[in-house]
Amino acid sequence: MKLTTALTTLMALGLATGAGAEIRLGASLSASGGAAFLGDPEAKTLEMLVEEVNAAGGINGEEIVLTLYDDGGDPNKARTFATRLVEDDEVVAIIGGTTTGTTMSVLSVAEDEGIPFISLAGAIQIIDPVRDYVFKTPHTDRMACEKIFTDMQTRGISKIGMIAGTDGFGASMEAQCKDVAGDHGIEILVAETYAPQDADMTPQLTKIKATEGVQAVLNPGFGQGPAIVTRNYAQIGLDLPLYQSHGVASDGFIELTGVEAAEGVRLPGTALLIADILEDGDAQKPVVMAYKTAYEAKYGEAVSTFGGYAHDAFRLMVDAIARAGSDDPDEIRDALEETRDLVGTTGIYSFSADDHLGLNLSAFRMLEIRDGAWTSID
Amino acid sequence: MDALMQFIFSGLTVGAVYALVALGFTIIYNASDVVNFAQGEFVMLGGMITVFTFEAGLPLPLAALIAIFVTSAVGVALNKLAIEPARGAPVVSLIIITIGASIFIRGAAQIVFDKQLHRLPSFSGDEPIHMLGATILPQSLWVIGGALLVFVGLYLFFTRTLTGKAVLATANNRLAAQLVGINTGFMMTLSFALSAAIGALAGVLVTPITLVGYDIGVALALKGFAAAMLGGMGNPKGALAGGLLLGLFEALTAGYISSQYKEAVAFIVILAVLFVMPQGIFGEKKTERV
Repeated sequence: MKLTTALTTLMALGLATGAGAEIRLGASLSASGGAAFLGDPEAKTLEMLVEEVNAAGGINGEEIVLTLYDDGGDPNKARTFATRLVEDDEVVAIIGGTTTGTTMSVLSVAEDEGIPFISLAGAIQIIDPVRDYVFKTPHTDRMACEKIFTDMQTRGISKIGMIAGTDGFGASMEAQCKDVAGDHGIEILVAETYAPQDADMTPQLTKIKATEGVQAVLNPGFGQGPAIVTRNYAQIGLDLPLYQSHGVASDGFIELTGVEAAEGVRLPGTALLIADILEDGDAQKPVVMAYKTAYEAKYGEAVSTFGGYAHDAFRLMVDAIARAGSDDPDEIRDALEETRDLVGTTGIYSFSADDHLGLNLSAFRMLEIRDGAWTSID
Repeated sequence: MDALMQFIFSGLTVGAVYALVALGFTIIYNASDVVNFAQGEFVMLGGMITVFTFEAGLPLPLAALIAIFVTSAVGVALNKLAIEPARGAPVVSLIIITIGASIFIRGAAQIVFDKQLHRLPSFSGDEPIHMLGATILPQSLWVIGGALLVFVGLYLFFTRTLTGKAVLATANNRLAAQLVGINTGFMMTLSFALSAAIGALAGVLVTPITLVGYDIGVALALKGFAAAMLGGMGNPKGALAGGLLLGLFEALTAGYISSQYKEAVAFIVILAVLFVMPQGIFGEKKTERV
């Protein structure tokens, strides 16, 4: 009897400290492996922001404890880590899933266990159909296609050529673009591909050049492919407008391509990329400047769109936990869904019961590279 | 016609990249029958070290020399630390060791350098050269020239120098080589140093075209290996021809059939060639004593 009482007291104490003093957040990111260039800035961003929020007194006076795992881009590991986060680390919410593959594994655990989860991956399948506990911060490929096609329409372009990478990102975006092209009165006359590690794309571009009636070229892809395409584009003297995707929206792209070859390339990017030239009245300016300054001061490297996704996910989560006033996963979920007009680096988020992405096309800015720098042409 | 020339230029550019990687396989294979799957990592190291020393402010030629020297040292270390201790092991085990080494070098590069892509400026500018209605970048000529130079160097090394013949003798029969006074241990070390140096040189030359990141080695090694197999493993002539042919197959397929099938067609051609000539185009028939 005495023993039971003692145990109960102990458990009550344990629970009290667990619930009262800290909020446990979990993350599974691909900080190493093939998607490291995405996962690495994401992990750094989360660590920085947790420090920042805790230094400012935490959420409603409670400290955040972040458990961060590196899944190396492996969906199997991501699943193991998600289960460990829920069962051993007893987190109340999960951020992560750097890639669509790892997101899909974390997603099933989050749904089964009823833990709110914000993904940092691109695919539309993550939030369509809407799942109770799953949200995401990056815009979808489909939105990027729509943004590009809208810009083409205003320039009077209706017939295009496409050259896409055969990697997951390129293939997925190519399919989405083909799907929505008709809605914007765009006809794809020729579609070429390249393997992600190819060193020269002049044959494909020569074919596009030789196709009658092509008015512009669109290149969905990320990594070195788009940089090489852009260089080859200049090499063979194709003088049609060239559109790249949000997959290469970083200063690194201009560096890899070279200022001359990159001249005139357009792509949909986020406010973060053009933080310095945003107008003073812009709603996103204070947010992106604060993040950019803090990140670059701490890590000595340029911010990327991908780190921005993690920034937004973290802000959304903190905001929801603060409004929920509790660390009960279901209450956090409900609060997340009620998020209205939260300004992030990627866009301004408003979730609803049937929209767990919460961004519209205005989140994308159509950018053009001029003299080696980004300019907004919206 | 213009299109054909453009496809051929593209094929030669890509083919020269493959050939340079394939040439790197030659020496180690000739000294030990080992296919060194860390060859792609030597290329990566050559590129990465040059990029980082160049960005640190050194002139490009010096940066390239440092990269070649350091990569050679890595090659020697690979031989001393991983291959030599397993000397008695069958060739297959040694090949697996090189795969392990490649994973290790890749991981280390991720930590020592970073996970981003990098580029070097082209040696002679980016202004395309117009020839026969098509264009080629000056850097492509550097790569093609580099491949030819390495080829000639290796050819002379193996046929005209005593050291080159000693390397061949070591592969042929290690015991017999020792009996005629060849320092076989040194030959192995030398072969790793030279292979690594050729890999690094390839890395320096191709980085302005292909860009460099810690993980580019795998794909390059695979294509280089395919090129070497096609031409005949161990023969510099085969490596050069195999690389250029593979590049041309890919470019012509992408141009005339479909870019979707270019890798498939290239590999089908390789299979067909190996089916008829299992030793590759220039490979020597081996007669095994029973």
